[in-house]
Amino acid sequence: MSMAAEERSLRAPWVLTAPALMLFVGVLLIPLAMTVMLSFHDWGQYKGIEPVFILKNWHEIATDPYYAEMFWRTFRIAILTTLLTALLGAPEAYILNRMSGRWKSFFLLVILGPLLISVVARTLGWALLFGGNNGLVNKLLISLGLIGSPIPFMFTETGVVIALAHVMMPFMVLSVWAALQRLDPQIENAAMSLGAGPATIIRRIIMPQIMPGVLSGAIIVFSLSASAFATPAIIGGRRLKVAATLAYDEFLNTLNWPLGAAVATLLLASLVLIVVGSNALIERRYAEVFR
Amino acid sequence: MSRNGPLALIFHTIFVIVMVAPILVVCLVAFTPEGYLSLPTNGFSLRWFRTIANYPEFIHAFWVSLGLGALSSLVALLFAVPAALAIARYRFRGRDVLAAMFLSPLMIPHVVLGIAFLRFFTSAGLGGSFAALIVAHVIIVFPFALRLTLAAATGMDRTVEMAAVSLGAGGWTLFRRVTLPLILPGVISGWALAFIQSFDDLTMTVFLAAPGTETLPVRMFLYIQDNIDPLVTSVSACVIAITMAALILLDRFYGLDRVLAGKGDTGR
Repeated sequence: MSMAAEERSLRAPWVLTAPALMLFVGVLLIPLAMTVMLSFHDWGQYKGIEPVFILKNWHEIATDPYYAEMFWRTFRIAILTTLLTALLGAPEAYILNRMSGRWKSFFLLVILGPLLISVVARTLGWALLFGGNNGLVNKLLISLGLIGSPIPFMFTETGVVIALAHVMMPFMVLSVWAALQRLDPQIENAAMSLGAGPATIIRRIIMPQIMPGVLSGAIIVFSLSASAFATPAIIGGRRLKVAATLAYDEFLNTLNWPLGAAVATLLLASLVLIVVGSNALIERRYAEVFR
Repeated sequence: MSRNGPLALIFHTIFVIVMVAPILVVCLVAFTPEGYLSLPTNGFSLRWFRTIANYPEFIHAFWVSLGLGALSSLVALLFAVPAALAIARYRFRGRDVLAAMFLSPLMIPHVVLGIAFLRFFTSAGLGGSFAALIVAHVIIVFPFALRLTLAAATGMDRTVEMAAVSLGAGGWTLFRRVTLPLILPGVISGWALAFIQSFDDLTMTVFLAAPGTETLPVRMFLYIQDNIDPLVTSVSACVIAITMAALILLDRFYGLDRVLAGKGDTGR
């Protein structure tokens, strides 16, 4: 390579990425930094936002049990949603993978398609299905004899978890599906020829190999559920607050922006810690699978 | 290949019904002839679709969403295509950091982005403006535009480009006549996926939209907060129909599993 060409190939990637880089620094990194700074500002009902450096908001979040309870509820809902999607999504991905070509792509479209349909529309669907004490879900469960009296779904954590699990399910199916594609079907046949039954094959051959897929799906579902807004706001109502709906209230109703910024910063920081930490754990534990 | 047993098929049937039920019930209730929420047991009616015409705020919000989605996806591609070409072709210092930053809007909660943009644009005197919405949406759809363009650029046959260079093409001509046509399916799919993401976003947009720049999801959300009636189900049914149409096109054109799985993430 001549000197000039070498110089060009060193400069070219930076010339090509410069516009996007400037865009991201200008309107992503700077606004995020401003939000972190905002969480240290003061606020009063009449004086508004005062640009001073104080720990008032952080102190309030750390000491007022209201915030501890709200964050605990947020993460409880996220954990239950993750468990539900893993318990149902992983078997479904496995069943899908065993279907024949045409059915497989049809049902894949049916299950993954909702991912792109408006979250407001999907949550509205659950609000209609739950609808008070004589909603369709309760009528169905009672007529099947599964429950004696109607379960309250609207404005409860149960309802939020069910609707959220439906919204997040495609991510889990997709992630387990990707893991199943890497699986060698010959191993299953080898196990069968050696006399292993279906239960043993699932437990000893399939499970260990799709576990990384389940776990990476779980990380996606968890972080999206912990920061979900539309579903907790519509199904949970005004009283069942989670981090995202509380931040929304502080910003657009109470107008205490510094406190809202502190809630958002804490949510972002704890999610980054959890996601980065568990990614590192999974990659170490399953190093051989990712190679 | 082994077949599924009866238990697996029962599980699968219930699973699919539960996945489809909420979407189906919205579409069914939208056709009710009654004045209240109910399944259309006494025949189908279009009265609630006609009622939308009496609510100009929904129609206006629809046009805002459409314009916002189309424009922000286009702008995102203007930034994403060169970036994708650089990441796909060159091994340079900081490449992984750049790729991670460009994909980071996927990882940052939209509620945090909404707050950050609200703070930023209000300080800049652009609070609630359409321009602010465009810039914010460019950031959130950027990863989708980048990922699909990157997959196309990584899988591209470079020998055609070399042939063009040997025939004297270079610079802009090379890009316009050779490179762009080759990666075009990825670019168009990237635009479509970015459009859907922008068209559906509520969590970030709800912080930025003001009366006049409310998008359809924001308008629907604010309406649902007050009360749920058949009107909002008919609006939802229209949104679902539009998304389904885009989805089927995307599936035919590119393959839905490829779009969603985002293969070739960082071009490795």
